[in-house]
Amino acid sequence: MSEQLLTIKGLTAGTEDKVILSDINLEVGAGETHVLMGPNGTGKSTLGRIIMGDPAYKVKEGTITFDGEDITEASADKRSLAGIFLSYQAPVEIPGVPLYSFLRTIADKRPDLKMVGRKFRKRVGEICQQLGIPESFLTRDLNVGFSGGEKKKIEMLQLLLLKPKLAILDETDSGLDVDALSVVSKAIAAYKEECNGSLLMITHNTRILERLQVDHTHVMVNGHLAAHGDASLISQIDAEGFERFEKAAEGDAR
Amino acid sequence: MSKTEIADVDRSLYDFIKPEEGFERIEDGLTPEVVKAISEKKDEPEWMLKMRLEALQKYHQMSMADNWGPDINGLDMDNIATYVASGSKQADSWDDVPTDIKDTFERLGIPEAERESLAGVGAQYDSEIVYHNMREEVAEQGVVYSTIEDALHEGYEDMIHEYFGKLIPMTDHKFAALHYAVWSGGSFVYVPEGVDMPYPLQSYFRLNAAGAGQFEHTLIIVEPGANLHFIEGCSAPKYYVANLHAGAVELYVKDHARLRYSTIENWSKNMYNLNTKRARVAEDGVMEWVSGSFGSHISYLYPTTILAGDRSSCEFTGITFAGNTQNLDTGCKVIMNGKDTKASVSTKSISKSGGTSIFRSSVVVGRKADNATASVSCQSLMLDDISRSDTIPAMEVNNPTARVGHEATIGRISDDTIMYLMSRGCSEEEARTLVVNGFANPISKELPLEYAVEMNNLIKLEMEGAIG
Repeated sequence: MSEQLLTIKGLTAGTEDKVILSDINLEVGAGETHVLMGPNGTGKSTLGRIIMGDPAYKVKEGTITFDGEDITEASADKRSLAGIFLSYQAPVEIPGVPLYSFLRTIADKRPDLKMVGRKFRKRVGEICQQLGIPESFLTRDLNVGFSGGEKKKIEMLQLLLLKPKLAILDETDSGLDVDALSVVSKAIAAYKEECNGSLLMITHNTRILERLQVDHTHVMVNGHLAAHGDASLISQIDAEGFERFEKAAEGDAR
Repeated sequence: MSKTEIADVDRSLYDFIKPEEGFERIEDGLTPEVVKAISEKKDEPEWMLKMRLEALQKYHQMSMADNWGPDINGLDMDNIATYVASGSKQADSWDDVPTDIKDTFERLGIPEAERESLAGVGAQYDSEIVYHNMREEVAEQGVVYSTIEDALHEGYEDMIHEYFGKLIPMTDHKFAALHYAVWSGGSFVYVPEGVDMPYPLQSYFRLNAAGAGQFEHTLIIVEPGANLHFIEGCSAPKYYVANLHAGAVELYVKDHARLRYSTIENWSKNMYNLNTKRARVAEDGVMEWVSGSFGSHISYLYPTTILAGDRSSCEFTGITFAGNTQNLDTGCKVIMNGKDTKASVSTKSISKSGGTSIFRSSVVVGRKADNATASVSCQSLMLDDISRSDTIPAMEVNNPTARVGHEATIGRISDDTIMYLMSRGCSEEEARTLVVNGFANPISKELPLEYAVEMNNLIKLEMEGAIG
């Protein structure tokens, strides 16, 4: 059996009073690219947040193992420092905290990156250049007054700075214009290349996947993982939509 | 994950207590004898003693203000010593300051700040100034920075007689009357016409004695075209008996002059801070207040600016942080009498662990104040459900050409914000501190660097604690 980076076993979870995900089993190996697809409101983002450790959700059954450690009960910051990264659909705005000093704060939390003083400045400059992020963004407050596309670029800046082992990109590609989409694609390619990191892409948009080598595809319907496959599943969904999986799920329920 | 609780913290940086052995302590209680004793010690002119005795009489005649603010019944004036002094002479070299007292100010970083970035420093310990010094090149320009006591003896008696107690009359409120009866220490600053002070002057007030009051008087006169930045810092160790601070600050900003008055107040949480500050600004003058209130049990603090001259302006930037057992009632008042005057008020208040932070503002536009412009903005942040923040703006506009605006927001830190920061590796406590520091950032930007650092440290201290 190959060594898995992330293993989710029999996960049933939701909010205090509602089950959202049922019996999820998922394995992501080191360096693999996984795509999680499914109709809106089916629980994809919830899975991403639960892997990240969002206390708004409770794990009722099952375990999450990351890099050999059971992290089912670990807090989000511990998971982050262990190497999990979640790029948000709608990153929050934090007034009074300049982007640059925020980046420094989160880089300082990771001594392994060895990014102090000039090295940090240089690295941030490099990434900005790579992604076409104006340096003037760095002195502005974190995400405050940025457009949706600019916020996603800032998420990608953090991804490349922190070099996580697993990046979960929650609809990072949705609602972006061509320019922002190409920045996100570039960032993902750089992440794969520079860190050989694992990737879990949550999306219902197949365009961004064209430029990626996808190893596994999963389809989520009503909080269940209804189908698994390789990259070919994507083009199938592209052509046929999710109806087939939804019907099959209804059939199971009956 | 269970709910976060942010506990109160080790404030040992401020909380050390030095022995009071050999100090002179004037009997508790308020009698003409006490007042005469203070005056005699200071070898004052007759008019000052007369003023003290009159104020004492007023104090006894006046009733407490109506019950509109925080409760101050815990303050028993019979148990407040009005005068405590080490008996040491005022020094102009730190080497001549008694070791215990010197050590206190060393710990607070005052001598270091003086070496690095100040034009002059005054340090008050309990009732008396123990250290006073100013750079020679500043003195050469005719700038006076001393205690009022010294200035009275050194040729400024007439000037003090003219200005002292005129902006804040003794009848202003009961504690103003008390102040004038027993005032001691503080600062007298005179900046001659056209002198631009390149570095700030700083006075630091330390109240070490338990069950005592500090009643310093600050009188600043900035002559036409002159420019001054004055910094005031205050702290005290924690006691289980009430302490009282009832200082008075009178500021005169003349034509085309500019004064910035910055305060970082960090009294201990047994302090009743009933302080009165007032500025009068003449034509084209500029008054800037920067005010950070972190300490005290109860505060009543509303610095007032009278924009008397045409085209005069003022800016008030303030932050108040109320934690457990604190009820901080702060704000500011602007009275606009000149034409084309401008006032801008921007404040932030934070409350946590059951603390109460109330912001009151009052803007009065006089009948003759054509084209007055005033904007008031207040933002509050409540860190939990048991704390309270409120904003009470008042505006009285008596001139139809005035433009006045007020905006207020009251918010909390959202779970999404904390989660976002935690997902990037910040602990929950760090995440909250980051957000609070960000909230306070527009204020700390206005402070001199070392005070901005102190403010960030104070916020960090307030935010630290067990998460359980």
